[in-house]
Amino acid sequence: MDTLALLVLLTPLAGFIVNALFGRLLPRRIVGWIGAGSIGLAFVLALLALSQVLGGHRLDQTYFTWWQSADFNVPFNLYLDQLSTLMILVITGVGFLIHVYSIGYMREDPGYSRFFAYMNLFVFTMLLLVLSGNLLWLIIGWAGVGLSSYLLIGFWFERTSAVFAARKAFVMNTIGDVGMVFAAFLIFLNLRVLDYQGLFSRVHQLPKGGGVITAICLLLLLGAVAKSAQLPLHTWLPDAMEGPTPVSALIHAATMVTAGVYLVARMHLLYDWAPTAAATVAVIGGVTALYAATIGTAQIDIKRILAYSTMSQIGYMFLAVGIGAYTAGMFHFMTHAFFKALLFLAAGNVIHAFHEDQDIRHMGNLRAGLPITFWTFLIGTLSISGFPLLAGFFSKDEIIRGALSAAGGEYVLGILALITAGLTAFYMFRLFIVAFGWEWLAHDDRHLHEALPVQTIPIVILAAGAVVGGYIPVASFLSPVFGQPAEVGTLAFWGLAGLTLAASAVGFAVAYVLYARRPELAVAWRTRLGPIFTLVEHKYYVDELYDRVFVRPCLALARFLNDIVEPRVIDGAVNGIADFFLLEAREFRLIQTGRVSSYALWTLGGAIGIVLVVAGFLGYLPVRLGG
Amino acid sequence: MPVPAYSFLLLSGVLFTMGAVGFLIRRNPLVVFMCIELMLNAVNLAFVAISRYLNSLDGVIFAFLVITVAAAEVVVGIAIIVQVYRAGRPMDVDDLDLMKE
Repeated sequence: MDTLALLVLLTPLAGFIVNALFGRLLPRRIVGWIGAGSIGLAFVLALLALSQVLGGHRLDQTYFTWWQSADFNVPFNLYLDQLSTLMILVITGVGFLIHVYSIGYMREDPGYSRFFAYMNLFVFTMLLLVLSGNLLWLIIGWAGVGLSSYLLIGFWFERTSAVFAARKAFVMNTIGDVGMVFAAFLIFLNLRVLDYQGLFSRVHQLPKGGGVITAICLLLLLGAVAKSAQLPLHTWLPDAMEGPTPVSALIHAATMVTAGVYLVARMHLLYDWAPTAAATVAVIGGVTALYAATIGTAQIDIKRILAYSTMSQIGYMFLAVGIGAYTAGMFHFMTHAFFKALLFLAAGNVIHAFHEDQDIRHMGNLRAGLPITFWTFLIGTLSISGFPLLAGFFSKDEIIRGALSAAGGEYVLGILALITAGLTAFYMFRLFIVAFGWEWLAHDDRHLHEALPVQTIPIVILAAGAVVGGYIPVASFLSPVFGQPAEVGTLAFWGLAGLTLAASAVGFAVAYVLYARRPELAVAWRTRLGPIFTLVEHKYYVDELYDRVFVRPCLALARFLNDIVEPRVIDGAVNGIADFFLLEAREFRLIQTGRVSSYALWTLGGAIGIVLVVAGFLGYLPVRLGG
Repeated sequence: MPVPAYSFLLLSGVLFTMGAVGFLIRRNPLVVFMCIELMLNAVNLAFVAISRYLNSLDGVIFAFLVITVAAAEVVVGIAIIVQVYRAGRPMDVDDLDLMKE
């Protein structure tokens, strides 16, 4: 057990090292299978860990002490409880399927070994983030996933847009990282601990709802918001779609962007102790869910629609963990990992089939051309829209139910979540109908080819997860961490389920009418909504706002410093000093005659001068010097 | 009859002046060198005399220090002079002006 957690962590690291050092020398087949195999092995080890955890074991194993200075003690310890077990299972399980898919998807890419090295590095750092037993190693993992995300968004670095997107993601995430570091600093300052056990046992020493604990939780939230692309640090995620599609599936849908949810869930004792911060989490989540869903309705790039969908779904998770429904949030994390990875991978097949064109209006007739992709994508769409008895139905319902049945003003967020559920069904079916096409596009004579089995098999497995994932008893599995969730009466359950279902059904019906039956209506409504549509299409102009408020002033300042301060002030001072000495030296150089006797004369004169001055001070001369 | 202390200082001053003047006007490096030694030992004489006059060992210790430094200085100086001689350069301090601006 105690080495099992370490092995889970080190297997992807080994894969990364081998592929990074020798990947260029090895044949492609071997590179791919090392990359996928190391994650598969990690998944098997995670399953072993699961069997141990199910047997009632928990692990907080210290392997070595990293820092030790007075009472500042940072161990390297791994913390394996039900929560981290769920996380590592999803990371390695879904990660393995996506790695296998990548073997096919990336097969013609010149950066094949680099890709797998980065992917393994990502999985390693993500596992470190999740398994770490103290805040400092969590932050290291946190920064590590940020780095691998940066490397993978900018994987095709010949593309300027990819480089810009990678940089944007990195800068946005760094803002969050700073928040994390400050949170850790405040925690150590007030509680003198950084490891989870000590932190959780001492957090109640702080006054409940006080300024310190609220500040800590809000700073942690800053990190979570940046990593999970929630308002207001969300703008990097849609741009991150510049990376290869498996990267979008693994990092920017299934795992890394949910790290913020994990963080809040992991720190739930702190958030329970800071109700204001917890409410902030819930509000950010609820608002982001709705905000991103509205944007998703007006995009035309298949991956961007899915990116906004991801943002919206993570908003659900934030809403859940913000109102204290931690199990619901983690449950939705798991089902979302299944159906969103599935949607992205299937979208990858479509994009390949259309020669890297991502515009959904150019796609169509996929049922005939890519049957497996078509049907699995339909399953994913149904699952995310909350079709009864599929995975998304259960997890989303649990969140909406939690919000609507909570005691305080959370029902407002519940209503937002309901509207979002309707919008989700709308934009997903819009995407599906427009991109995948029904019968009326059957005359299309383009020759589309289904992807290789190595790509379709992982998608089919994920589709199975998206169907049956809702029956996994996550709530009772996580109950040792979060406590038993409140029992819900059958009537309330089906009543609220009916409400959610009605919202989704409306969304589906609108999408069906507008895009399948009466496309001219969609055009008419677009002109009727005019400015609102433009606002949504342009993502509420948040990018433009940030550009005006932050980027341009920074650029102007930089230009001012570069054009004015640098040449005039700094160079001026440096060169001025140099010029001064050069000028003075021209005079003083003349005393260097090279004649020893003249030097000696100067020395003698100096010595006599010193003697005279000293004598003057001591009062031996007729002239009085000094006091 | 004890020799008065000022006569030692007088002798020391005369010796130092001889050394200083010789150092300034002579051009043979060896002689210049001897002049330096003369100055150092003039100072030593003053140290020892005043040490005796004040019944303190401080001056003697200074003298020892000076002797030590002088010994080290001779080692370096003679080595330089030998090297200059071997290089076939004129034994004239005024012509050794490579450091000239």
